[in-house]
Amino acid sequence: MTDTQNHEDATMSKTLYERIGGEAAVNAAVDIFYRKVLSDPRINRFFDNVDMEKQAAKQKAFLTMAFGGPHSYTGEDMRKGHAHLLKMGLDDSHFDAVVENLGATLQELSVPQELIAEVVAICETTRNDVLGR
Amino acid sequence: MYKLTIEEKVYACQADETVLDALLRGNVNISYACKKGTCHSCLVRSLDAVPPEAAQAGLKDTLKKRNHFLACLCHPEQDMAIKLPDQSEFYTEGTVVVNEMLNRNTLLLAVAFKDAFEFNAGQFVNLQRADGLTRSYSIANIPQESNTLEFHIRRLPGGKFSGWLHDEIRVGDSIAVSEPRGHCFYLPERHGQGILLVGTGTGLAPLAGILTDALAHGHSGPIYLFHGSREFEDLYRIDELCQLAQRHQNFHYIPCLSGKHVPAGFSHGRADEVALASLPDLKAWRVFLCGHPDMVKQMKKMAFLKGASMKDIYADAFLATPV
Ligand SMILES: Cc1cc2nc3c(=O)[nH]c(=O)nc-3n(C[C@H](O)[C@H](O)[C@H](O)COP(=O)(O)OP(=O)(O)OC[C@H]3O[C@@H](n4cnc5c(N)ncnc54)[C@H](O)[C@@H]3O)c2cc1C
Ligand code: HEM
Repeated sequence: MTDTQNHEDATMSKTLYERIGGEAAVNAAVDIFYRKVLSDPRINRFFDNVDMEKQAAKQKAFLTMAFGGPHSYTGEDMRKGHAHLLKMGLDDSHFDAVVENLGATLQELSVPQELIAEVVAICETTRNDVLGR
Repeated sequence: MYKLTIEEKVYACQADETVLDALLRGNVNISYACKKGTCHSCLVRSLDAVPPEAAQAGLKDTLKKRNHFLACLCHPEQDMAIKLPDQSEFYTEGTVVVNEMLNRNTLLLAVAFKDAFEFNAGQFVNLQRADGLTRSYSIANIPQESNTLEFHIRRLPGGKFSGWLHDEIRVGDSIAVSEPRGHCFYLPERHGQGILLVGTGTGLAPLAGILTDALAHGHSGPIYLFHGSREFEDLYRIDELCQLAQRHQNFHYIPCLSGKHVPAGFSHGRADEVALASLPDLKAWRVFLCGHPDMVKQMKKMAFLKGASMKDIYADAFLATPV
């Protein structure tokens, strides 16, 4: 964004998903993010038994959601979707690790810090559902 | 409103409807789950029209090329004839023209057809016995003028189908062959890209087809083939592949043995492990993995972690048919 006035207008009218770059941003982020998650010894065990290709599609769903994009998951879906992970010991530390990997991914893609903060805030709204509380 | 045709039946797709919604409304038994392009459960194929771009978002290039699309994302732009994944298959009778052993437990079977049999090297077909027993086998050659398909069949102890092929099928017999399937094949593009082929046992079959196809298209990037088994006696086509490597500077053949006895000229270890140790970085590489399901699963992940993009990793796990 070069023009500051435009920037103001854009910020007012566009959703986070649009400002971050929409589906193209999701596509740019998905490989980097998933590679980080699979290499992170704190959390990669949760992803051991999932099919890589189906998982890549789910990662896109995750990113779309975190970027404030269109999705149809409810809080209840998030509870159900992660319930089996609670049995494996999923807790706040793992949640933080996922958010950290997401932040690092966006930094690598030169997404401005204030947008990253908005993404993190969206993730926070799902914490209790993901952790089944 | 557009017409959707499945076999002989026609369904109407309203202006604001997706193909999936129209078919569900018509009580078609189609698998689906997320209805938003994520789960790929409703992957179907168009037999005539090129599907709208939006309905192919996120699919592999090889699937796109064969007009596969996601029914839940598809707002038709014209009438379409559609094939569901679980529809009864169309079989063609072929005649066995070659039946010989490649090594102590692998049979080379060549089957000839009267008419042209269209496929991409690396795809597989289902072979069917008269009593209906069906198994998948990969095509090991590229399309030929003689309309023949080659297969490498490993005999499994107590294997019903492989045992039948090894013991009973003779030259001159006929056998039922399905349409080609699968999306593990070479696309003639990005000629300078590195290609990694890793196979165990008869996983060499699709890789041999892919390799021949890539070389025939003048692929100029490095091509590495790691073929593995436990013992020397279970590898095959070693001399031919060594000669091919001598003829093509960019092709490298690395036979791997994981057992104790490793003659000179062979690498010691499992094919996937040797490949990972030899190639430090797979960024921008195209990767093909065929054979043992555990190797395929593990190597998919490792290739991805070593930098290969998910959409550049193609795999055929030789899964056993559940009994
Ligand atoms: C996409 C695809 C492509 C394939 N391509 C080829 C190919 O090119 N060449 C080829 O030889 N096979 C290939 N296969 C495997 C093939 O389809 C059959 O599964 C295999 O030949 C065994 O069938 P069968 O009837 O002889 O054995 P079955 O009677 O089905 O099984 C006999 C016994 O062997 C076990 N078993 C089955 N499969 C395996 C295995 N892979 N390793 C160890 N034990 C096993 C079974 O559990 C059972 O106990 C492919 C499979 C798939 C899914
Ligand atoms: C930041 C908050 C999170 C959000 C918004 C989120 C969102 C999602 C979504 C949308 C899916 C796909 C569901 C589907 O379509 O089936 C999913 C699946 C999954 N998530 Fe999360 N997730 C979050 C945190 C986590 C954490 C902390 C972990 C573990 C460390 C995790 C592990 C998984 C796994 C393993 C799956 C796949 C389950 C399967 O394939 O069966 N998620 N998540």
